[in-house]
Amino acid sequence: MNAPVRRLSVVIALLFVTLLVASTSIQFFQSQSLAAMAANKRTLLDNYSRERGGIMVAGKPIAESVAVKDQYKWLRTYPSAELYSQVTGFYSFAVGNPYGLEHAADGLLTGQADTLFVRRVTDLITGRQTSGATIELTINPKAQQAADQALGKSRGAVVALDPKTGAILAMVSHPQYDPNALASHDFGKAAKAWEKLSTNPDKPFLNRTIDDLYPPGSTFKVVTAAAALENGIVTDANSQVPGPAVLDLPLTDATLPTENRQPCGPGDKTTLVHALEISCNTAFGSLGMQLGGEKLRAQAAKFGFGDTLSIPMRVVPSSVPADLNAPQAAQSAIGQYDVRTTPLQMAMVAAGIANQGRVMTPYLVGRVRSADLDIISGAPQPQELSQAVSTRTADIVKNMMVSVVDHGSGARAQIPGVRVAGKTGTAQHDPKQPPHAWFISFAPADDPKVAVAVIVEDGGVTRSEVGGGRVAAPIARAVMEAVLGR
Amino acid sequence: MTTTVESVAPRPRRGLELLLLLLAIAIVLLAWVSVDLNRSGTVPANIVPVAGGLVLLAVVVHVVLRWRAAYADPVLLPITTCLNGLGLVMIHRLDLAAGRLGADGNAYRQIIWTAVAVALAIAVVVVLRDHRLLRRFTYWSLLIGFVLLVLPLLPGLGRTVNGSRIWIGIGGMSFQPGEFAKIALAVFFAGYLVEARDVLSLAGKKVLGFTFPRGRDLGPILVAWVLAVLVLVFENDLGTALLFFGLFVAMLYVATERVSWIAIGLALFAAAVAFALSTFSHFQTRVTLWLDPFSASSLERSDQLAKGLWGMGAGGLTGTGLGAGRPYLTPFADSDFIFPSLGEELGLFGAVAIIVLYLLFVERGIRTALGVRDGFGKLLAIGLSFSVAFQVFIVIGGVTRVIPLTGLTTPFLSLGGSSLLANWVIMTILLRISDQARRPMPDVVLPPSRGGAAAEATQVVKLP
Repeated sequence: MNAPVRRLSVVIALLFVTLLVASTSIQFFQSQSLAAMAANKRTLLDNYSRERGGIMVAGKPIAESVAVKDQYKWLRTYPSAELYSQVTGFYSFAVGNPYGLEHAADGLLTGQADTLFVRRVTDLITGRQTSGATIELTINPKAQQAADQALGKSRGAVVALDPKTGAILAMVSHPQYDPNALASHDFGKAAKAWEKLSTNPDKPFLNRTIDDLYPPGSTFKVVTAAAALENGIVTDANSQVPGPAVLDLPLTDATLPTENRQPCGPGDKTTLVHALEISCNTAFGSLGMQLGGEKLRAQAAKFGFGDTLSIPMRVVPSSVPADLNAPQAAQSAIGQYDVRTTPLQMAMVAAGIANQGRVMTPYLVGRVRSADLDIISGAPQPQELSQAVSTRTADIVKNMMVSVVDHGSGARAQIPGVRVAGKTGTAQHDPKQPPHAWFISFAPADDPKVAVAVIVEDGGVTRSEVGGGRVAAPIARAVMEAVLGR
Repeated sequence: MTTTVESVAPRPRRGLELLLLLLAIAIVLLAWVSVDLNRSGTVPANIVPVAGGLVLLAVVVHVVLRWRAAYADPVLLPITTCLNGLGLVMIHRLDLAAGRLGADGNAYRQIIWTAVAVALAIAVVVVLRDHRLLRRFTYWSLLIGFVLLVLPLLPGLGRTVNGSRIWIGIGGMSFQPGEFAKIALAVFFAGYLVEARDVLSLAGKKVLGFTFPRGRDLGPILVAWVLAVLVLVFENDLGTALLFFGLFVAMLYVATERVSWIAIGLALFAAAVAFALSTFSHFQTRVTLWLDPFSASSLERSDQLAKGLWGMGAGGLTGTGLGAGRPYLTPFADSDFIFPSLGEELGLFGAVAIIVLYLLFVERGIRTALGVRDGFGKLLAIGLSFSVAFQVFIVIGGVTRVIPLTGLTTPFLSLGGSSLLANWVIMTILLRISDQARRPMPDVVLPPSRGGAAAEATQVVKLP
């Protein structure tokens, strides 16, 4: 019986070889890919047990890891609680995937980013525990607070940019939440907090400045005016444009009325600047039809519509639909139909006009420091996204926007002694709800320091431009004043 | 190449055993100390009594072997000690992670079970003077094995754990009778096959180069098959069914040297599995989890396989170090998933070492089967060795995704008394058989009437 025993032992040897191969495959070849799986809590715990870098605003932490005496070693805390909730997002074991900067800048914060490779190698050699980099934000804390206070209890968003660099100065989204509750090491509590947050119909976890798309309403008339000037349909602010009480839309039975159903000027005509001051729908609707959908779309694209930006959080691309027919172009020209934009995109429109037509790429992260405060990378060089319009066009539109604030619907954005440029907007989104109130602006008009976009959800009054002017403009003014130190 | 035939004077090699035994204990103590060093930065306070106790336990077995089985294989006991000890260390480590201290800990119970297992092993060595005595209990073994196997099916006694009904509960204790059924059935198969092998191997028809058995000789394999199917269907346990049927087919093959038995066995088992797969959602789920453990729907259903794999992956080549990983994240980290737990903390190197320890154990068993002179001992030794090898394959293959996961224990490592006792008994029977295999032939004074070449003393054939 020894021959079959020997043959059976070969089979047994093969069984064991299979086990050795399988173990080697898992522990050597698949080790990396297994660790990279999102559902793998071990990877998450590894990240937890490392000191995560802080997020700083003007030298003060808005997110930091504090040493604690439990198995996770470091507790993520957010000293400002709600104020920066959508900027930092949260880093939570209970939720798994992090949100906000905690997600977008994860590589830097954990110390695993490619730019930190050399540092990791020296850590390995010197036996130092790898810790994450600390990132400094471009946020101006006064502007952030002003925006937060001015927005009050309203749902909405405020974003402010430095028009010359693209640095983000304020980023506020309401409603807010307390990220500390989600980062708690009491996972039951954290899970409950997430349950409450994720089922809130107002979706506080969204950063409304970059994650949510809105119809821009009349603020989009700035883009239409720029397109009309660039394409030679009008030559300057005083060019005559049609301004009937009702614009007949071809191909359809629909019509486009002005808000008060009155003509915008005598003889159904008006000037471009007056049309912008009173936000004349028929004037811009007819400009839209003269331009056609493609030219309108092309101008919007130059301001950044359709681009996927990362600041480093991903910005949802804004859009003007393609293949618009004449009535759709008319609707789109006044920021209705299917035009959708993030508040950040509208701030970029204002900033582009302010900066002589040059749109700068927005960014949130300034300097990056190592845990021992060495500077790893300095403040980033401002980068031009595009030259959206010529300097001349930018100048004309700027002066018209100043006129909107001085004489038109944006009067509540006036700051004594400062030339402020702005545009109101009231965007219908749901017949049963009041429209959204918008305001975009920049100041000082001749040496711009800040460009702002404000949206207050359901904050407008139906069929009236007063929504944007009454509700949103004072918020923009508060932010501009904070940046200008007034 | 020439084969030299010479007489080898067998040596007991008990000194080697003692050396290996001390090495095994040193490994276990080192592992234990490193758990505590990694977790609390201190050497365990009770290191001296525990180390002393372990050495005492091992030395007692060693002395008993010197006394009662001097020629027993010197490697089996050290391997068993090492595996048992590493299992204890991991169970203790998981106790610490769960905050179970002292007498509340699983490790505490497992130590008691270890002591009971050692006592049982000593009893078997002392009582079972010759393994051939077991042959007298061939049909009793069948009865005992059968009863043990179906015990979990009795209402009021059986317990369903993780979907498999392979446990029984008596009072507060739970028990896996299948572990002992394994031994009883191996004894029965060996006793039955050594008698029936001539009939089973010689009679038959030749088809396509294979000699197929006569219809009436198919009886026993069909009985074994029906038993396996019963386990499969009523106890929901593919692992146990696979183990018993595999054991029977392997022993049948060794007894008859006919490949056709393997072909018949595989066909029968494939049919049973195909039937189970098409009928029971429980098996379909297992197969789905095996094929794609990481999909969202699989993780929703059961993430234990994925968690085990993540654990092994986290260990990488060198492991996190004992006490420094997170094996506690995996369910059943101290029983079904104790291999991934060890793999996580000891790395690929540790995992390979454990697999090689099992391989060596089985190799010593096979060597025993080759060396022993009686057919019953040969069949029993290969049967027990194969059962350990196959069980290791089923359970480790299950957690490393070679085959679908089934609920078997990892011999010597897993938490659980029944498995530990049964495997120690298997080890002891192998020791007993190996003692017979390696013991020098007594000088027999041959009666003159039965002389001749056939009665010459058997020589041990040694390959160069």
